[in-house]
Amino acid sequence: MIDLLDLVTMPWNWLVEPLQYGFLRQAIWVSAFVGLVCAVLSCYVTLKGWSLMGDAVSHAVVPGVVVSYALGIPFAIGAFAFGFGATVAIGYIKSKTRLKEDAVIGVVFTGFFAFGLVLVTKIPSNIDLFHILFGNVLGISQQDIIQTVIAGTITLAVILLRRKDLLLFCFDPNHAKAIGLNTQLMYYTLLSVLALTIVTALQTAGIILVVAMLVTPGAIAYLLTDRFDRMLMISVAASVTSCVLGTYFSYHFDISTGGSIVVLLTLFFVAAMIFAPKYGIFAQQFQQRANKKQLNEVASTH
Amino acid sequence: MTMTASPLNITVDNISVTYSNAKLALYNASCTVMPGAITALVGPNGCGKSTLFTSIMGFLQPSQGKIRVGGLPVQKAQKQQLMAYVPQSDEVDWNFPVSVFDVVMMGRYGYMNFFRTPSQKDRRIVMESLERVAMADFRNHQIGELSGGQKKRAFLARALAQAGKVILLDEPFTGVDVKTEKKIIDLLLQIRDEGHTILVSTHDLASISTFCDRTILLNKTVLATGTTEEVFTEDNLTLTFGGLPASSLRQMTSNRTHSAEVEA
Ligand SMILES: Nc1ncnc2c1ncn2[C@@H]1O[C@H](COP(=O)(O)OP(=O)(O)O)[C@@H](O)[C@H]1O
Ligand SMILES: [Mg+2]
Repeated sequence: MIDLLDLVTMPWNWLVEPLQYGFLRQAIWVSAFVGLVCAVLSCYVTLKGWSLMGDAVSHAVVPGVVVSYALGIPFAIGAFAFGFGATVAIGYIKSKTRLKEDAVIGVVFTGFFAFGLVLVTKIPSNIDLFHILFGNVLGISQQDIIQTVIAGTITLAVILLRRKDLLLFCFDPNHAKAIGLNTQLMYYTLLSVLALTIVTALQTAGIILVVAMLVTPGAIAYLLTDRFDRMLMISVAASVTSCVLGTYFSYHFDISTGGSIVVLLTLFFVAAMIFAPKYGIFAQQFQQRANKKQLNEVASTH
Repeated sequence: MTMTASPLNITVDNISVTYSNAKLALYNASCTVMPGAITALVGPNGCGKSTLFTSIMGFLQPSQGKIRVGGLPVQKAQKQQLMAYVPQSDEVDWNFPVSVFDVVMMGRYGYMNFFRTPSQKDRRIVMESLERVAMADFRNHQIGELSGGQKKRAFLARALAQAGKVILLDEPFTGVDVKTEKKIIDLLLQIRDEGHTILVSTHDLASISTFCDRTILLNKTVLATGTTEEVFTEDNLTLTFGGLPASSLRQMTSNRTHSAEVEA
């Protein structure tokens, strides 16, 4: 009987015990919120094929963070300015040179990132480079939470209000143009919410891993469904679950929060890749075998 | 807005297009697409048909020249929902998670409010458009689940839902069986009679004389325009399709089922 009781109480304690600490309660809801914002945007990023762009923006915000601290303004403002600035620079350079987009992205984001490193080492501030790179939701300050929530709320509001236009822009920008819509505006809207999402996730996942939160939830959902609204729901579920559980793991096993969140997301992805009912590896193999069998049967009846 | 009551023409005035890899795709192309008629844009693969289409639709900026639709600049015409475009199949991401109904509804976005909330009227028009192309039963299918002909009809329904006065179809008959081709042709004839101007690009000569009132021959520039009868001379076709002897073209034209894949 005792064993059975243990079986129930142990996970219960595992979940409840950390909640007595204020900083952990806070870390859990903040990372759940970040997971929600990233998950919604990641559907658009996956469908538009902008994961590399997400990676670029996330690295390009570093100088912005440093400059903000030096000037004493909220980090979100500097980070957004540099992140968005990088995407404008990428668009400009691409239109003016014969380079392919991936080369331009590679040049611009490493340039911004390196500039950030130079600034960090030269401008006196109390910025912990490690925290920018890898996130630190367990030690997040009240001010940073406010900025995270504001950036995330704006992102969610913009996507919610413009979701149909943004989806049309991802699917068929030519048609959007043909019906007289402003595709340039859609392009910059999507880029701004991308930069804002990265600002939102900066404190939780850190620069290096934020791209995982921007791509993996959408990728998981894309493997599991071919309806957009279902894709959104699956993406949010996978992302929020990973963020909450990842934060627990981080506390219990004393491991990196961003790291454990992304490892969980990746495990979900692998499971989806193998077991997805229609587009999974198993399902596809099964389908192939069924097709072959059918072919053989047809052949043998002739 | 009285203009929209009568069919609109398209004038292409001295267009040249150079791609970023310095490739000259079109030079000094001029032609008029007559209002209320079906016009075929004909030429071998790579002759610039899609390039002319994308120029007319304003998707790319020609390095020189001017295009007017019903006397209006393209952007103005588009704002008034005058121009519908049915893309070539390989331009569409068929894995995209949208249903046929969603796609056709996108034809109505230009009429909707800022949030694109469909009205009762929008829904009704979408269903009517789907029924006209006999795709109503497939409205909840993801677009990748459709056959080649069904895909074409879905996008044609989107153009119908948009109710553009000018409809451009890029290669509507590639990957389509003869029966579906016939259906699409019948529908195009109906739409023409309702006062639309239709421009169809194709490299398949066989079906043109059965439904196209006029023909424009293209190979990097406009080589001939006029009624289909006037234009389809042996000399013109030889000129357009390059080194191919006219006899092989005649064979191609008579060969209905094998689609005429002519390489430039
Ligand atoms: N985006 C592009 N960049 C560079 N060259 C292109 C591009 N699109 C088309 N071309 C080239 O321009 C020429 C005309 O192409 P296109 O208009 O697609 O011909 P068609 O539709 O008649 O087959 C071709 O030689 C093609 O290779
Ligand atoms: Mg083409």
